[in-house]
Amino acid sequence: MRSVSLAAGRSKADGTFRWLATGAAALVLVVLGLIAATMTEKALPVLAKMGSDFFGTTRWSAPDEVFGALPFIWGTLFTAAMALLVAVPVSLGVALFVTQVAPPWLRRPLVMLVDLLAVVPSVVFGLWGLLVLSDGFELGRSFLTAGIILGIMIIPIITSLAREVIETTPVGDKEAAYALGATRWEMIRAAVLPHSAGGLVGAVMLGLGRAMGETIAAALVIGSALGQITPDPMASGNSLPAVIANEWGEAGELHKSALVGLAVTLFLMTIAVNWIATTIVQRSRRRAEGAR
Amino acid sequence: MTAANDPTFMLEASALRPRRGLRTARSAAMTGLMLLAVLAIALPLLAILWSLVSKGAATAFADFPAFFTSEIPVVSRRAGPGMGPAILGTLMVTLGATLIAVPLGLLGAIYLNEYGKQSRFARTVRFMTVVMTGVPSVVTGLFIYLVWTLNFGYSAFGGALALACLMLPIVIGSAEQMLRLVPEHLREAAYALGATKSRVVLTVALPAALPGIVSGSLLAVARAAGETAPLLFAVGAASAFNPSFFSGANTALSLQIFGNATSSFAAAQDRAWGAALTLVMLAFGLTLIARFVTSRLTAIR
Repeated sequence: MRSVSLAAGRSKADGTFRWLATGAAALVLVVLGLIAATMTEKALPVLAKMGSDFFGTTRWSAPDEVFGALPFIWGTLFTAAMALLVAVPVSLGVALFVTQVAPPWLRRPLVMLVDLLAVVPSVVFGLWGLLVLSDGFELGRSFLTAGIILGIMIIPIITSLAREVIETTPVGDKEAAYALGATRWEMIRAAVLPHSAGGLVGAVMLGLGRAMGETIAAALVIGSALGQITPDPMASGNSLPAVIANEWGEAGELHKSALVGLAVTLFLMTIAVNWIATTIVQRSRRRAEGAR
Repeated sequence: MTAANDPTFMLEASALRPRRGLRTARSAAMTGLMLLAVLAIALPLLAILWSLVSKGAATAFADFPAFFTSEIPVVSRRAGPGMGPAILGTLMVTLGATLIAVPLGLLGAIYLNEYGKQSRFARTVRFMTVVMTGVPSVVTGLFIYLVWTLNFGYSAFGGALALACLMLPIVIGSAEQMLRLVPEHLREAAYALGATKSRVVLTVALPAALPGIVSGSLLAVARAAGETAPLLFAVGAASAFNPSFFSGANTALSLQIFGNATSSFAAAQDRAWGAALTLVMLAFGLTLIARFVTSRLTAIR
């Protein structure tokens, strides 16, 4: 009886609550839209001045008011690629070890280890990379140092996504491989990897997106050299987020507009990578649920 | 029978037995490589912790608790404590971001799992949430600078807004996952008693998912506490205590580490290590509490 009276009195509150929840969900779309709109607007002055040269010239000089994003785009892609070289084998190895090899009692501590690595703040990675890796081991402030640090930083996200994907491998597939006499590695190659391939590609791409957008650690160790487009990993350079973080403090109006222009470029690049990655991950997740 | 006629199968089968040793050896070698990968992630973590303790502890715990309570020296080459204002700033900014992002994120997750489900709008929001998780922190920082700081000036609140933008999609994602794990029959039992939908959500689904939601949110908080880039544009710089949340430039541990790391003065670098040790203790503490809360609440249930 009590609940009946409650139900009658609550119908208005019910509608309000639904409306609130819908609003909170819509907020995600609103914020993303606002980010794109406000930043593009702020970047217009530099685009008006530089035209398509903003993406065409390699020179970046605030005093001369010449702003070319190309070297920073190169630095972003170059360091992100090196980060993947570091992170992908390690992440896959850890994910496979945790799911296929480790005894059950060891799994939680290993997952905890990965989680702790994920919680180390990016500025601490940067500090360590700067004062220990680049000064102590004489790697210098270079693309390579940035690539290594970014690689370590994206290991946790790739590992945890890869683990999630690998765990959806049907037990039947694995047992079938073992029943045919496969060794553990042959089972992984025959059952686990084909099943998880799509999801693993998605996980790696999400890691790529993170590496491209990682700011503070890159800003500290990449060397902040201007105008460098070189495949030499030992060279100093710069990446889109690093140059924004390093130059914002002393930037004038047009310079700020140029830095926002870099941020828009970075935003579009990471959104594109994440978009593709998310599509791949969701598709493979749906397929995995169907297979179960 | 078809397998017997298949030439490749026969070849494989005859090749298998003599190479048995080779195959087990290869499998063992791959397992060894996986173990190596585990060591490869433990190594940087231990190396970083070692550097933090060996270089930071002396500064952070010299005449305790001076480092945690004193103001930051204005002249950075001067040796001596303090990171007090930065610790206060980090706590204020992180707490503010939590108060903004967790309720909103929870509501968003409730919409996705309890109302929207597989509707077109819900699917779009779900997709964009994952996309938003990958938006670089420097971008959200600049965004808050443009919409907030340009109009209202530097403040801890601006930093909290920027961090909240980063936390929101993480909280939505983890909370929705936890709500999805709540068995449908719990909700049906409540409906059968005549409860309205909002009551079912708030008194049945949400409490059942609580351990997971708390630990997911704490992990998001731990990550936000260490962020630097979003604060860079919105918080400004300060070396004295600023307990005001809404007005005046502030500072944070991460900002102090960033600023002092590039300094050539040993005293400043020492303070950077001390601040880094403090920040990592804070972040690890939150992570461990998250684990504890999960296991504790799950055990009670």
